[in-house]
Amino acid sequence: MYHKAPAYRVFYIINLAFLLISAVACILPLIHILAVSFSAKEPANANMVGLWPVGFNTDAYEQTFSNSNFLRSILVSVERVVLGTGIGMIVTIFTAYPLSKVHSRFKGRTAYTWFFVFTMLFNGGLIPTYIVVQKMHLMNSIWALVLPGAVSAWNMVLLLNFFKTVPKEMEEASLIDGASHFKTLLYIYLPISLPSLATLSLFTMVGHWNSWFDGMIYITEARKWPLSTLLQTIVVTEDFSKINLRPEDVKLISNNTVKASQIFIGAIPILLVYPFLQKYFVKGMVLGAVKE
Amino acid sequence: MNLETKTRPAAGRKPWSFGLTWQLHAMLVPGIVLALVFLYFPMGGLVIAFQEFKPWLGFIHSPWVGLNNFRLMFAREDSLEVIRNTFVIAGLKIVFGLLVPFVFSLLLNELRHMFVKRLVQTLVYLPHFMSWVILGGILINLLGNNGPVNQLLGSWFGIESIPFLMQGDWFRFTVVASDIWKEFGFGTILFLAALTAVNPALYEAAEMDGAGRWKQTLNVTIPAITPIVIVLGTLSLGNILNAGFDQIFNLYNALVYDKGDIIDTFAYRAGLLKTQFSFATAVGMFKSVVSFFLIVTAYRMAFKFANYRIF
Repeated sequence: MYHKAPAYRVFYIINLAFLLISAVACILPLIHILAVSFSAKEPANANMVGLWPVGFNTDAYEQTFSNSNFLRSILVSVERVVLGTGIGMIVTIFTAYPLSKVHSRFKGRTAYTWFFVFTMLFNGGLIPTYIVVQKMHLMNSIWALVLPGAVSAWNMVLLLNFFKTVPKEMEEASLIDGASHFKTLLYIYLPISLPSLATLSLFTMVGHWNSWFDGMIYITEARKWPLSTLLQTIVVTEDFSKINLRPEDVKLISNNTVKASQIFIGAIPILLVYPFLQKYFVKGMVLGAVKE
Repeated sequence: MNLETKTRPAAGRKPWSFGLTWQLHAMLVPGIVLALVFLYFPMGGLVIAFQEFKPWLGFIHSPWVGLNNFRLMFAREDSLEVIRNTFVIAGLKIVFGLLVPFVFSLLLNELRHMFVKRLVQTLVYLPHFMSWVILGGILINLLGNNGPVNQLLGSWFGIESIPFLMQGDWFRFTVVASDIWKEFGFGTILFLAALTAVNPALYEAAEMDGAGRWKQTLNVTIPAITPIVIVLGTLSLGNILNAGFDQIFNLYNALVYDKGDIIDTFAYRAGLLKTQFSFATAVGMFKSVVSFFLIVTAYRMAFKFANYRIF
């Protein structure tokens, strides 16, 4: 057996150490920002904080949570996540179901599929999309963050591939018993596909929570920004042109510990759903990509 | 209304007769409407790349200028530079984005301590789900002139402060390295799946023939996962103009435009900040058209050589 060989044992230990170090390297930046957020102002601004808080205190969080701009943006983010995920999933389900039928049973399936797949291959790009959203009078509306991305051909393909694995017999039995396609979808397909639906929903939620660019271009009133956009503009690029701030606010924002606390709060929802996400996405990824 | 007979097929009638398929068409309506408005209308909006678009004149009445905007793009030094930057950054990301996960999954596959393996996987997948806003905020702080990384390098190795985000070549390095850092874990998923599918009998046979682990890796493992490497490599061709807008936008600044500005960031600044709508659309359209042909070619190649198809 090869793993008894002395050379392999040496390799194994080095390999183990290397993998563990790489894994820890993936979360070091997060730990650093967490440490900064709990540190005292002076060491943080002087970049003295490594992976452990210096002069532990929770001032930064108290300031962040008394900042009404920040709290309002969290509400906007929650709203867009709920609306975006709900509408996105409904559209994906209603599209994936008909497209999962074989051509001989649903004429037009191929044409419809190409209609959606083409949107993965080609797009109008930034400016034309921006003009369309403007012409639809969606500027400064939450719908500008929800509707343009509601059709995701990629999600449709993943789900339709999953729907295809549902045994034909179950579906035929349901239809012969007189159930409509809507009922068949609701009572046969959806319960079977719960893991896939959970994966797609979580991915969509994460996507909406993380999106910042659409908020930046479609929403010109800073008080309607979602959290990611607020973080991007105020915290990362420090562009205060769109937000009315008193000088003392600016001073407060350029404080490293407050910045760190806001960045960390932005990451918390992702960390919270991550365990659930991880349970499913590996399977979902492999299902979608490696098929026979 | 004879809805009753339509939804309930009589005996002997196929369950898929036309009376039932109207429901399938109906289900597609919301998706089609949204796709038409937000995905196909903008494609039609690409006509402004051939105009001198004025918002108050609209798509129809704006003056037509033919290919002028495209000529301008290939004449302007800054747009050519941006196209070069995009190729270089995206190309480096593609090469290392395949290589690093490939090697990492081979190493991870050696672990027999399942708990450690799962722990490592859990940690390395995480950065993929973080947005570049969050990571950008952290990296700008970490990699600044007086940031913790430079302080460490200074006090441990006596290296002078490195301008990770302030000088063109270093910026490219930082962009590629941090993208690999964020995505390499996620990239191992497909390789690991392919590795678990390798037939154990092959390893037993190699063992019998006296092959050590290194020989087994060379002659069993690597050939077994080469097909998926080829497929992924081919498909990533379609990304050769995707240098990563989110990342660059959150990390760059005017100091590094020469080496770090890419098509997407350039089009954003030209279009939405300087309101040169038509020129920006032409630049974006150049990217869309080239990407389109590359993606189609890549998928056809993947289908031809590896019988890979997505649906």
